[in-house]
Amino acid sequence: MQILLVDDEAELVSTLAERLQYRKIKADWVTSAEDALKLVQTNKYDLALLDVRMPKTNGFELKKKLQAQDPEMKFIFLTGHGSGKDHETGSLEAGESNYLIKPLNIEILLKKINDVLKK
Amino acid sequence: MSRNHNIINETSLQFFGLISASTSHEIKNVLAIINENIGLLNDFIFMSDNGTPLNPERVKKIADKITKQIQRTDQIVKNMNEFAHSVEKIYDRVILDEVLNRIISSSNRLVMMRNVNLEIKHSKNPINIKTSPFFLKNLIWLCLNYIINLSNEARTVNIITEKNTTTAIIRFMPPDLSKNSTSNFPGEREKALLDILHAELKIDFDNRELVIMLPDDIN
Repeated sequence: MQILLVDDEAELVSTLAERLQYRKIKADWVTSAEDALKLVQTNKYDLALLDVRMPKTNGFELKKKLQAQDPEMKFIFLTGHGSGKDHETGSLEAGESNYLIKPLNIEILLKKINDVLKK
Repeated sequence: MSRNHNIINETSLQFFGLISASTSHEIKNVLAIINENIGLLNDFIFMSDNGTPLNPERVKKIADKITKQIQRTDQIVKNMNEFAHSVEKIYDRVILDEVLNRIISSSNRLVMMRNVNLEIKHSKNPINIKTSPFFLKNLIWLCLNYIINLSNEARTVNIITEKNTTTAIIRFMPPDLSKNSTSNFPGEREKALLDILHAELKIDFDNRELVIMLPDDIN
């Protein structure tokens, strides 16, 4: 399994990538949509974890661009928002259950990854 | 209640809500980073229990990262606190550069989201003015909001503060300001704020400048 992490907070994605590696999940991380698109040109990822709010290109826009390059890639969105409205927006935009709210619980993340990849 | 009052009330609430939401989002991000680093420490402890020696150097680095994020949160909360308190006095003596720095600090993430980098050149001497701090921050934000929505391109916007006789000036220099900008600016909200601040706003498309001129004493 190979996962791509995209979030403009380098401290977050680099640490999460390391934690996933200890759980035998190969994870690359980048801090911008541009870097994600470059990486996908030369690497195959089963799933991408995308921050919703990033400078210039948000997670939903990035998903469309990544899907154009690799239609088989699956996605989970990360959001820092916690309001009911944002949950609703997140679920409408991202699909029923394909989002998680920061701060993450790694066990819940692992379960979500498994669920999304099984679909 | 007059129309201007209604506009001011609505604008102020929107502004307060926007800054509050942005601040809460930033704090969430910091909590997420702290959470992952604490999780990583727990992972090391688990691995240590299973035979992998703990690396003290690594543990220290993670502890330092957590400290740095806590300091970051402290600054975010200080900014928010200062912002919240700025509504207490309708009029107050302030240092213009401090007001500018604080609103830029509070709205920095929103500005970055639009791919804009702000570079501020402060005046050599502090510019002390009597004004309405909250409404001034609101006006500065509306100017920034106009500027960041001019285009999607990555750009740097220079901001200069200066003073001449009885007027304090904030000069925004967006490189993509042009007569083609279709937005209705300044609109009702900006005009209502300019009125309450006794200020003027000029847009110079030729020199690509947006200039706020404030009296050094609002009374």
